[in-house]
Amino acid sequence: MLVAGLSFSTRLYKLTEPPHVCWDETHFGKMGSYYINRTFFFDVHPPLGKMLIGLAGYMSGYNGTFPFIKPGDKYENQNYWGMRGFCAVLGSFLPIFAYLIVLELSNSCTAAIIAATLLIFDTGCITISQYILLDPILMFFIMAAVLSMVKFNQQRYRSFTASWWFWLVLTGINLAGALGVKFVGLFVIVLVGLNTIGDLWRLLGDMSLSLVDIAKHFLARAFALILLPLILYVTIFAVHFVVLNKSGPGDGFFSSAFQSRLIGNNLHNASMPEYLAFGSTVTIKNLRIAGGYLHSHWHLYPEGVGARQQQVTAYLHKDYNNLWVVHRQQDNNSQSGNPDLVRHGDIVRLEHKETTRNLHSHLHEAPLTKKHFQVTGYGINGTGDANDLWQMEVCGGRKGDPVKVLRSKVRFLHRATGCVLYSSGKTLPKWGWEQIEVTCSPYLKETPSSQWNIEDHINPKLPNISLSVLKPNFLEILLESHIVMFRGNSGLKPKDNEMNSKPWHWPINYQGLRFSGVNATEYRVYLLGNPVVWWINLASLGLYFTMVAVASIATQRGFSLGQQRIEHSLVLVRGGGLLMLGWLLHYAPFFTMGRILYFHHYFPAMLFSSMLTGLTLDILFRSADLLLHPPYSYWFQRTGQLLLLFSILYSFYLFHPLSYGMTGPLAHEPGSAMAGLKWMDSWEF
Amino acid sequence: MSLTCWATDSIHGVEENEGHSWVSEMLQLPLVVTAQVDLLLVLVSLLAFWTRLSHLSYPNAVVFDEVYYGQFVSLYMKRVFFIDDSGPPLGHMILAFGAYLGGFDGNFVWNRIGAEYPTTVNVWSLRLLPALCGALCVPLVYLLTLELKFSHLSALGAAVLLLLENSLIVQSRFMLLESVLIFFVLLAFFSYLRFHNAPSSYSLLSSWSRYIWLILSGVSCGAVVGVKYMGLFSYLLLLVVASLHTWKLIGDKTISHRNVCVQCVHRVLCLVVVPVLLYVFWFYVHLSFLNRSGPHDQLMSSAFQASLQGGLSRITRGQPLEVAYGSQVTLRSSVSQPIPCWLHSHKVNYPIRYDNGRGSSHQQQVTCYPFKDVNNWWIIKDPGRQQLVVDTPPRPVRHGDVIQLVHGMTSRFLNSHDVAAPMSPHTQEVSGYIDFNVSMPAQNLWRVDISNREAESEVWKTILSEVRLVHVNTSAVLKLSGVPLPDWGFRQLEVVADKLFKAHSSSLEWTVEEHRYGTSQEQKEREAELHSPTHIDVDRKISFWAKFVELQWKMLTVKQEESEHKYSSSPLEWITMETNIAYWLHSSTNAQIHLIGNPVSWGVGNLSLLAYQLLAVVYLLRRRRGLKDVPDGVWDQFVCLGCVCVGGWLVNFVPFLLMDKTLFLYHYLPALCYLYLLSPALLEHAHTHLLSSLTHQRALCVGALAVLLSIFLTYRTFCPLTYGSPELSAHQLQGLKWRDTWDILYRRR
Repeated sequence: MLVAGLSFSTRLYKLTEPPHVCWDETHFGKMGSYYINRTFFFDVHPPLGKMLIGLAGYMSGYNGTFPFIKPGDKYENQNYWGMRGFCAVLGSFLPIFAYLIVLELSNSCTAAIIAATLLIFDTGCITISQYILLDPILMFFIMAAVLSMVKFNQQRYRSFTASWWFWLVLTGINLAGALGVKFVGLFVIVLVGLNTIGDLWRLLGDMSLSLVDIAKHFLARAFALILLPLILYVTIFAVHFVVLNKSGPGDGFFSSAFQSRLIGNNLHNASMPEYLAFGSTVTIKNLRIAGGYLHSHWHLYPEGVGARQQQVTAYLHKDYNNLWVVHRQQDNNSQSGNPDLVRHGDIVRLEHKETTRNLHSHLHEAPLTKKHFQVTGYGINGTGDANDLWQMEVCGGRKGDPVKVLRSKVRFLHRATGCVLYSSGKTLPKWGWEQIEVTCSPYLKETPSSQWNIEDHINPKLPNISLSVLKPNFLEILLESHIVMFRGNSGLKPKDNEMNSKPWHWPINYQGLRFSGVNATEYRVYLLGNPVVWWINLASLGLYFTMVAVASIATQRGFSLGQQRIEHSLVLVRGGGLLMLGWLLHYAPFFTMGRILYFHHYFPAMLFSSMLTGLTLDILFRSADLLLHPPYSYWFQRTGQLLLLFSILYSFYLFHPLSYGMTGPLAHEPGSAMAGLKWMDSWEF
Repeated sequence: MSLTCWATDSIHGVEENEGHSWVSEMLQLPLVVTAQVDLLLVLVSLLAFWTRLSHLSYPNAVVFDEVYYGQFVSLYMKRVFFIDDSGPPLGHMILAFGAYLGGFDGNFVWNRIGAEYPTTVNVWSLRLLPALCGALCVPLVYLLTLELKFSHLSALGAAVLLLLENSLIVQSRFMLLESVLIFFVLLAFFSYLRFHNAPSSYSLLSSWSRYIWLILSGVSCGAVVGVKYMGLFSYLLLLVVASLHTWKLIGDKTISHRNVCVQCVHRVLCLVVVPVLLYVFWFYVHLSFLNRSGPHDQLMSSAFQASLQGGLSRITRGQPLEVAYGSQVTLRSSVSQPIPCWLHSHKVNYPIRYDNGRGSSHQQQVTCYPFKDVNNWWIIKDPGRQQLVVDTPPRPVRHGDVIQLVHGMTSRFLNSHDVAAPMSPHTQEVSGYIDFNVSMPAQNLWRVDISNREAESEVWKTILSEVRLVHVNTSAVLKLSGVPLPDWGFRQLEVVADKLFKAHSSSLEWTVEEHRYGTSQEQKEREAELHSPTHIDVDRKISFWAKFVELQWKMLTVKQEESEHKYSSSPLEWITMETNIAYWLHSSTNAQIHLIGNPVSWGVGNLSLLAYQLLAVVYLLRRRRGLKDVPDGVWDQFVCLGCVCVGGWLVNFVPFLLMDKTLFLYHYLPALCYLYLLSPALLEHAHTHLLSSLTHQRALCVGALAVLLSIFLTYRTFCPLTYGSPELSAHQLQGLKWRDTWDILYRRR
């Protein structure tokens, strides 16, 4: 109860300050509004977190009209407290969960209290819970999943009872929740998976169980931990697609078929000439998932990258530079009457509408894919050379077939070199505005990368016909949106000039994140862990390894240990091992990630690390009788606990302005409230 | 050869079926076998030497990556310092040693693949050492299989697989490093297992010979990591295997505590300390050998460059050490990426308005200029005094002192103020101060902050001290932003003052590179003085450790430009050998060399990898249920095989999946060797323990023989592409294109 009370009061205190948009609230708040307005958008994270934020906003009377344009915008009269409060409440559960998990793992109240105290008084955990962010929601589900898993483990001797089923199913639900908020949820799924495999392995070795029993166990777990989360996860997406049925900023990332679902998109109940004709203005979309439109602009390839001609790229957003005009080989479009249709095998010349350059290719290396040829824009006002000619081919078509808009897959074969127009999916460097490379591939295999479709089609001379494009089924949409998300995630590469946070910075609390305010006059919030808490965590990791090494060598050598000592080492190896695994799983993968990383990615790992600290320190204090005789060892234990508590409380008192906001001069100036607390030069408050 | 195998095999099978009088058979068997072993081993080795070493100097032209390694060999011959981020120096040193034996003088321009070697270059010796290593891999695999406790037949099988692998042959026969790496990896594992399998005894002599194997293993581990960074993963695997064995040893309660401690210490010494020391030793040799300045000097710090002969040390030798008031200095930015540059100013002002409409102070430009220039000279002035000469005795500048910096040629003061910098508007502009009388006062005081100081009042030292210049009025720090200026700034790099509190950023640090005590009072004299070269004195040294750390750090952080190569491939394509690499094409005929593996062996390897994993899962599940299919001894052998072979494959393959660099098919070769080690052993396991009836066993033998035969035939088929002769017609080449994705070259006539 005490833990719960403290936890809620620290998180909810000064919740509505500062009354302006802080940091990533600009994204997630905006996305919450999109749900309320039912506008389609694209984000690299799965939708559950933003849906919950939207729901919380809706319930608390927020009407979705605030634009969330940039950090620092004032909320004025908007009801933003509901969304913040929702996140803070979820964040308040974390210490409670930590308490229960450690209690379950170690059977020691002290250990549980240490773990909970560490989390309650950590400024970082408080700060990250107080704003409209995905992290408190994510961490809530992660901790809930771990808690139910631990509870489930305790039920092992009461198989198939109601409580056994309850915790098992609850684990599954929380897993789905964690994955539904961010893909980081995968790590906790791996943790639960490994734990389950270990559990099944134990059952397999239990000779009193028949194979049928084991199969039952296996099926029950497969249902609750694989099938159930999968169903829930898919349901989340189903809700996502049903709710967001209006066209919005995320359209261009998706295929033409996908876009036709969205109300307000120009492909929704589209009406355009059915067959492609000469003289039409078109946009051409690559068929690869998240492929982009064929695009060109007034910029040349830089020196040293093939010929210095105009760039041709693929671009994901809708833009007037995506428009191309289809011409015949010889320019004689001025004929009156009905224009001729383009048919399979016809030679065409594609002229970029804005710059009047022709789509061109030649025997130069492409900028990134060296095995392919470069594609450029060449010529002026439509006059170019023989390298501007492309043969249009309908996949699966025969000579003379017309090209259907939207529905035909077409390929463009270059006449002179015989290569095929291709989108490699690689992102060009800065000179290409980080758009996607377009090449001409000499390998003629039919892949989606070399297939295109005609999306928009404008020709005033032809009658518009209402087109009902084949609506994609739900599974196709699901797959497509996932691929788009993964592409988006790996596309978040660090920029050259930006300060980039490295994974090794995190456990040492090297550098925080500015949530709001830079200058002395502004209201500043800085996301940084309570250094005392974090450094205790760091030290405990080392301590844990030493203790486990000592304990296991002693066991392996067969030293006789007392009953109590054996219990301690079991807790260390089993319970501690589980937490250590959790920490590793939530931390180590970041070292291999190429995408841009931020400090707050460490917080799930930090939860595990704090719980491990509670467990380790408790056993350390209890093992004091190894060195000291009984009365002294008891005193040592008490003093240690009190000292720990005091140092955490005092450091929290020192650093609390980080999360509850500070004004006035910066910390390196003497008049500041934080003067003398800038223990590391890299902290920026 | 194959006939002999067949004979022994059937004898073996019969014995087992009879099953009686095992002991007496065992007593006789070694006698018979030893004779055979030696013959087989010798035969296999001879064949290996023949396949790897014959016609080594053909083609007499630069083949593929020889063009890359060759330049380093040349630099070794000339003792010129270089940095190569592709791997530690041992590999290059081995290649260079071969060149040295052949009397290569380094006078050859490695500029393109296919360039003919002149007669003065002894091509044979250049390629000898990698080829020797490649050939020795074959007997090593044979011995390693024996140490894994499999029969001579399996050993022979593994050796033959390796012997007839075209890609390994190609990779061994040129001046490349993979075969060296594979050799040391195999040697490390072989000698470790030799140590592990030898009975531990208390007799001094035998325990000594046992520990010699352990030391040899440690030494090869040092070599593995020294040749390529990829070797690190094999080394870690070996450590894992060793620590598992040690863990068992710790659990052995029949041994005394003291003995356990001693054994553990021995292992740690040989397998951890020795490799680490050796690794450092390679760098020691590298650095002490390459003592002349060369093309990569500028990537290193000034102190490092000063330790090389020629180059910077020729200029800086004899400079005064302590920077004093009145010193004339050039200030080099500690950022050497992508190029080094020096603080610079010239008689051109910032444009009044930039292209985007923002205004500037219109004062004199201060930039960072990547070339030596007389405009790089600055004079250090005491703010309290007027003169620009050094007193006698000189008054040194210390940490914390406030100075002014005067540009030597234009006499403008280095200045900063609250005006946005041209390219990085969030920072302050830095200028040479011109008083336009527009109420913009001079703010030209800078505090010297020596960041690598040891004492609080340390003197500012030439080359050694890394200094931050803190602007006194605004407490901003002089910083190289690195952004090139537009045409009005002659594309030089922008210098700004930034309010940064971050602990480490080399863009904030500056070092004095050229330095002399100014003597001339008048501007005209001073200009003449600045144009004259600096004077001469003694040279300075930095310790080996400082150089080692700097070089190692640079090697790990230097980023080469990522570019896709025509023959690069992704790791998943390696398993099925989707791509090949054309190594060389004769300048006029169709003769060509390709890195193409033996497709049949490749398939056998993949199959056995899959089979092992399936079998292991089945065994594990059944053992857990108390069903022991094989006796414990055999199980241990099976596990050990998996640890070494499957583990070896994993550690040599999986890291590539996570790597973000250009990869080639030859990166897969070390992993492939583990598969070849696995295949015959697994076959033997199946033969002895899975198949019960004699007919099945016979069938398996026949199948194995058939596979061996087809391996030999494919080897023969691809020989022309492996050795580059004889020349094939276009039609024949077409026939060799077994996969559509292979890129075989046809010359149009």
